This record gives sequence, structure tokens and C-alpha cells, in this order.
Amino acid sequence: MVKDYIITFENVTKWYPLYNVFSQGFKSFILNFKNSLQNLKKKKVVLNNISFSLEKGECLGILGRNGAGKSTLLGLIAGVLHPNKGKVKVKGKVLPLLELGAGFHPELTGRENIFLNATLLGMTKNKIKERIDDIIKFSELEDYIDQPLRTYSSGMITRLAFSISIFIDSDIILLDEILAVGDFRFQEKSFEKILELKEQGKTIIFVSHNPADIKKLCSKALWLENGKIKMFGNVEQVLESYVEML
Amino acid sequence: MKKNIINYYSLRYIWDLIVILTLKEIKVKYKRNLLGFFWSILNPLLLTLVFIIAFKGVLKIHINNYLLFLITGLFPWQWVTNVILSAPNILLSNASIIKKIKFPYEILPLALTLSEGIHFLLSLLVLIIIGLFYNLKPSINWLWGIPLLLLAQGILIYGLALIISSINLFFRDLERIVQVFMTMLFYLTPILYDIKHIPQKYIIFFALNPFFGIIYEWRTLLLKGYLDIKIYILYLLYSLLIFIVGLKIFRKLSKKFAEAL
Repeated sequence: MVKDYIITFENVTKWYPLYNVFSQGFKSFILNFKNSLQNLKKKKVVLNNISFSLEKGECLGILGRNGAGKSTLLGLIAGVLHPNKGKVKVKGKVLPLLELGAGFHPELTGRENIFLNATLLGMTKNKIKERIDDIIKFSELEDYIDQPLRTYSSGMITRLAFSISIFIDSDIILLDEILAVGDFRFQEKSFEKILELKEQGKTIIFVSHNPADIKKLCSKALWLENGKIKMFGNVEQVLESYVEML
Repeated sequence: MKKNIINYYSLRYIWDLIVILTLKEIKVKYKRNLLGFFWSILNPLLLTLVFIIAFKGVLKIHINNYLLFLITGLFPWQWVTNVILSAPNILLSNASIIKKIKFPYEILPLALTLSEGIHFLLSLLVLIIIGLFYNLKPSINWLWGIPLLLLAQGILIYGLALIISSINLFFRDLERIVQVFMTMLFYLTPILYDIKHIPQKYIIFFALNPFFGIIYEWRTLLLKGYLDIKIYILYLLYSLLIFIVGLKIFRKLSKKFAEAL
């Protein structure tokens, strides 16, 4: 039987041009035309010939040092980046958990920001209306929800962002080191919620520096080093080698 | 790989996204201070005052009812500058979400165009109220002429916003070039003066400016109560062309947005 993979990477290579942005603008581009053209050709390979696949409902932990290509991998799964070589196949809706305050506006109220953020993450207005009470309840921000976001503490903003995300319909959830949501009690609650989503059959990709967190959540692990897969497989095996190397 | 965004996202969702982003722009614009709307109306009115002093008072330009003449050109132009001058930053200011979420990014400049368009509609009311004190005669043709002109101008502004917002990510000094260019365009568009003041042999060059026909039509419609359909269709097609080119450039570059931000 052919397995039904939800995410497939086939020989994926991703590089960035060293000078993607001419931050000095047209002026310097034209004045240094020859140099600029040469610079365009220079590139930095971030992911080099990556192949792996993941089944629906699996949870993959991604390990690796800074600059190993972890964020680029997530960007490719989210569809905001495109591979230079190879193929990325993703079936289903991807939900990236956003960093602090991304997609929020400080002048709008918590409630208005829920509508804004949830729409950006792919929900229709009617769906948001159905779920907004649950979102507010989970965030425990009932008393502040009609205040402008600029009056919130950063902990409150992260709580709101997390609460929105978990009520979005999705098949694949991307977690980028952001389980540090609010205070310890809320962190526990969030982790519980993620385990619950996992049990519902969602696929989770979890990037972390902390092997203990990955062990708690994931069944498989992928270890990236300098843009290549150092190891991929069962979480215990990969973690064992990873910890040994550290 | 090429997918039509309509096939990829549901129409319902696209609509909700347009509405919520447009409302956000409007709310943010007017929430900062209660006088938000009046401030933004005050700007073209003060300009009007200055131009009346300079051109009517000092240079003695021969245009009857110069106040009415000016505001029928300046108010539509305000929609243009408000969008074009903000366009370079519309993607930059949304960097944190563009880097993480895939959604139809085309809607960001669209929401900017629409929110400023709604603002223009409100200012059009102010214009008409002021006009009534200065012999402006409302016409039945406004009922269909105004929506038609809003459409053509909206398409044109959106097309330019698509081009400027996307290219600015890669060449960050575009913003400054746009500022200078908009000032030049302002004087090359018949806003302060009438088309009949332009020497006949140069008029073809002036007419290449896509805003030439639009501003001319606003003035004809508001002051004389009719719309020159031939000119309208010509400039509507011109606007559509710019819009299509803009959409192509934007879509092509959008694959690199997350890298460039």
C-alpha cells in the first residue's frame, strides 16, 4: 500500500541571493551596475538536497543550531518560500503560529484584532463569529477584550495570539519555539491544548532547541546541520545522537 | 504551479479579507484622533486656499469660480496621492505576517486603495456641500457618472499601488523617487489649470498621463453635469492596462516577498 503523506520534500534545495534587496536602492544599483550584477549571482545555500516525508497525524520535531535552516524549512512548508530545486508537496491547510504581536494592530481592540488575525489565518467572518467566545474564554482576557491592544502586556498579547491560532481550522500546525506563552500555568494549559490537537489527528511541526520539549510532543525528529539532514527518524534515536553531540 | 487565487481561496473568504483589511485601514486612520476626518479634509482645503492666493490673487489666472474649479480637481487628486505615497510601505509594514502566512497579498494594496476611496467619497460630500454655496448645480448624471469615475480611478490607483508596493521591497529608494514623481505629476496634470490652457501641440504629451483624462472627467461631470464617454472609455482601458501590468509584476515578485522582507 502506498502511504498517504501529508508533507513530502523531494531533493529540496533553497538558496538566498546574497543581495536580494538593494537597500541602497536604484541609485547605487545603477552607479555600481557591474558589481550589482555580479552580486546578484552570489548565493547562500540554506537547505541542501533535503528529502523526507511525513504522514498525517505525525508530529515532527526539528532540531539544529541557529542558521541550520530550520526557519527556512518552516517557510517552505507554510508556502511563503519556494524551493530553488526539488519539490515541496503539502496537502491540507497550514497554520503557522505567529510571533509576538504579528498581524495585530495596537490601536484596535482585542476583539477587533481577533477578527483581523483570524481572517489573515484563513477563517471566514461567520466561522470567527461562531468561535469568538471560545477564543476569548481560552485567552482569559474577558475583562480586557474591548480595550485597545496597546494597553495589553506582552504576555496578554501572546495569550491572545495563541488562543486565536488553536481555534483555526488546519491540518498542519507549525510551532516555532513559541510555547513560552504567558505565565507558567498558561504554558501548561497551552501544552495540554496542543496535545489535544495532536490527538485529534493534526500534524504538528515543532522547532525547538530544547530536546525535552520535543520528546514530550513528537514521534519523529529531524536534525538539520548546515542545511543538510544529519538524521531523520524515530524521536528517541535522533535525540540520543543529538544530545551526545552536544 | 500557477493557480488562480479565486480557485485557491473561496470567494467568501476573499471578500471577508478585503472587508476586514479595508475596515482596519479606516479605523486606524480615524482612531488616532477624533478630528481624523476633518484633518484630512483640511489638507486639500488649505491647499485650495494657497492656490487661490497664488494663481487668482497674484498671477490673475482667467478661470471663473476658481475655488470650485480647484476643489473638483484637488479632491480626486487627494485620493491618488494618499494611496501612492503610502504604497511603498504597505508590504513593509506587514512584514511580520507576510513572512509567516500565505494569503493573497494583493489584498493589502487593494485595502489601501479602497479605504482611501471611501475617504474620497466622504470628501466628495464635503465638496458638494461647499459647491452648493458657490453655484454648483447638482446633476442627475452624477448618479451614474460618479460610480463610473470611481471605478476607473480605483483601477488605476490600485494598479500603480501594486507596482510601487512590490518593487519597493527590492529597491528601497523607490519611495523617494515616487515622492518626487508625484509632485511633478501634480503639476503636469490639469488640476491647477484647464486643458484649454495647454498649447495644442503639447496636449498629446499631457494626455499620456493616465490621470489626465480622469481629472478632466471629474471636473466636467461635477461642473458641467456630463461625462465624455469616449474619453472615459479610453482612460478606463488605459487604467485596466496599468492594472494588468501591475498585477503581473506583483504576482511575479510575490514569490520572493518573504525572502526580501
